[in-house]
Amino acid sequence: MNGSFVRSVRLVAAREIQARVRSKAFVVSAGILVLMVVASIVVGGVVGKATAGDTTPVAVVDGVTLPTSRGLDVTEAPTAAAAERLVESGDVDAAVLPSDDPLGYKVVGLDDAPADVVQALSVAPRIELLDPGAIPGGLIYLVALAFGVVYFASAVTFGQSIAQSVVEEKSTRVVEILMAAIPARALLAGKVLGNSVMAFAQIVAVAIAAAVTLAVTGQDNMFTVLGPSMLWFVGFFAIGFVLIASLFAAAAVLVSRQEDVGSVTTPVMMLVMIPYILIIVAYQNPTILGVMSFVPFSAPIGMPMRIFLGTAEWWEPVLSLVIVAVSVVLVVVVGARIYENALLRTGGRVKLAEALRG
Amino acid sequence: MLTIDGVTKRYGDRRVLDDVTFTVGDGRLTGFVGGNGAGKTTTMRILIGVLQADTGSVSIDGTAIGPSDRRRFGYMPEERGLYPKMPVAEQITYFARLHGVDKRTAADRTTDLLDRLGLAQHAGDPVEKLSLGNQQRVQVAAALAHDPEVLVLDEPFSGLDPMAVDVVLAVLREAAARGVPVLFSSHQLDVVERLCDDVVVIADGTIRAAGPQEDLRRHAGPPAWELLVEDDVAWLRDEPGVAIREFDGGYALFEADDATAQRVLQRAVQHGTVGSFAPRVPRLSEVFREVVR
Repeated sequence: MNGSFVRSVRLVAAREIQARVRSKAFVVSAGILVLMVVASIVVGGVVGKATAGDTTPVAVVDGVTLPTSRGLDVTEAPTAAAAERLVESGDVDAAVLPSDDPLGYKVVGLDDAPADVVQALSVAPRIELLDPGAIPGGLIYLVALAFGVVYFASAVTFGQSIAQSVVEEKSTRVVEILMAAIPARALLAGKVLGNSVMAFAQIVAVAIAAAVTLAVTGQDNMFTVLGPSMLWFVGFFAIGFVLIASLFAAAAVLVSRQEDVGSVTTPVMMLVMIPYILIIVAYQNPTILGVMSFVPFSAPIGMPMRIFLGTAEWWEPVLSLVIVAVSVVLVVVVGARIYENALLRTGGRVKLAEALRG
Repeated sequence: MLTIDGVTKRYGDRRVLDDVTFTVGDGRLTGFVGGNGAGKTTTMRILIGVLQADTGSVSIDGTAIGPSDRRRFGYMPEERGLYPKMPVAEQITYFARLHGVDKRTAADRTTDLLDRLGLAQHAGDPVEKLSLGNQQRVQVAAALAHDPEVLVLDEPFSGLDPMAVDVVLAVLREAAARGVPVLFSSHQLDVVERLCDDVVVIADGTIRAAGPQEDLRRHAGPPAWELLVEDDVAWLRDEPGVAIREFDGGYALFEADDATAQRVLQRAVQHGTVGSFAPRVPRLSEVFREVVR
């Protein structure tokens, strides 16, 4: 690879980045994605805190001794009648009155059994967890959703933008001038590089925003849980996006009009969409997740998910990353061939077989 | 000197170029003329390296050229193309840099070119905001941005208003004056006739004529003469060795060899007052029709 090739690639990449930064659509969509992630963390934190500190208001008649008042917000009432009035007025959820039962008290509710109070007053056996570090199910779902959405949104945004910029060059015929100056491969490499850099910057921005939000909202412990998988996610995405970008470019170069971009990029879109749906639907299925973590298109979300769940051996992400890298090389070589052969064919849609044959 | 030697190109069974051979001399404005589908654009694309020839070669001063030499070519494709949303000056600079020009030189050349092409006030505007004529000028600037050593322009004058034609023409002449071989195609034969030192005629993928415009026109068909006298020239019909092409009162256009022509002139002077007598060099369009037939 000689100096002028590298310089051409750099120039093309710089132009792509500049064109992207200038586009309002890009700035707005990146902002929305970051906001969404920040908002979901903030809301998650607030809701989590609210449930943790939640207590049930209850009226207790003087003289009744409760085994525990944990989870209860006790209001003392002088008489049983006063306590019942508080229940009726809705000031408390339930009242605890003295009784002849073996326990020495009974619980009075308004129209249904006050489960929270009963639960708080119940005697429970001691619970011993064999896997105390396990992650709550709700959080797993949220993380799966977050990986899925961020991956899908970034891959589609930048995949589409590379597809459009390929077709823009064909439809405006500027491509012939470009081809007279630099090799088609340099053009393709620059476009993929420029868009990958932007996609990567967006992912890093999202990751940083997520980390900062976690720290600011006092959920630093979450960062310890999420940190490694987030880092792997960023790493996988950096390489995996090149794969997606090359596919989008190779697909888009087959057509010459913006209207036709949608139809040729649909198969590539599917390759991005399927992992996104799978991770949300099957995030708890170890077999599906295991397969996903090694398939090049789904590895960027499948493997970080398994790292987050703690089900991946140390060598597994490394192996998976190698698989992704090898498929990147293959796809780039084939994609470059399609790109070179179809670049100057304007007009109708170029058949894939023809583009491969040359 | 740019030499195209024995270039052949097929698309499937169709042979679009057949043994195309011609040269573009240093500092010569060379017009490339031919009908639609004659092979002009294909030839130029092969020259510039965006298409591969099946056989044949392109060389400069006898040395076959590769991709790195081609980067020093300036090219204006028939299908115009610019980035619609990119500002004019930035775009020219970008193209110059893709051709390997360093940043500062590229910026200087851009300013200079925009000045000369009358685009200075549009430097910061996106191309899509410009009128079509001005977009054409930007296209010319893009081809010249890197101070090319060879210029290949496909239909550079189509779509230009008369003022822009003059501006572009001046820029091309100046390039030629610096010794740059300039090849441009056109089907406006009057423009080619006005501009070109050399002419190459292509039809059905084969070169039908190539050489200095003067020679081509002089040697197209038998020598012809125009005679204008005050009286009637009916006597000319009886002159031996004369073939009359046009005849109208005191005017005649006829074919004859040099000696016969001199004899005719003497007869004319004897007959009366001669308004004018001159060899008639055929128009390029006539030559064109003759050679592509």
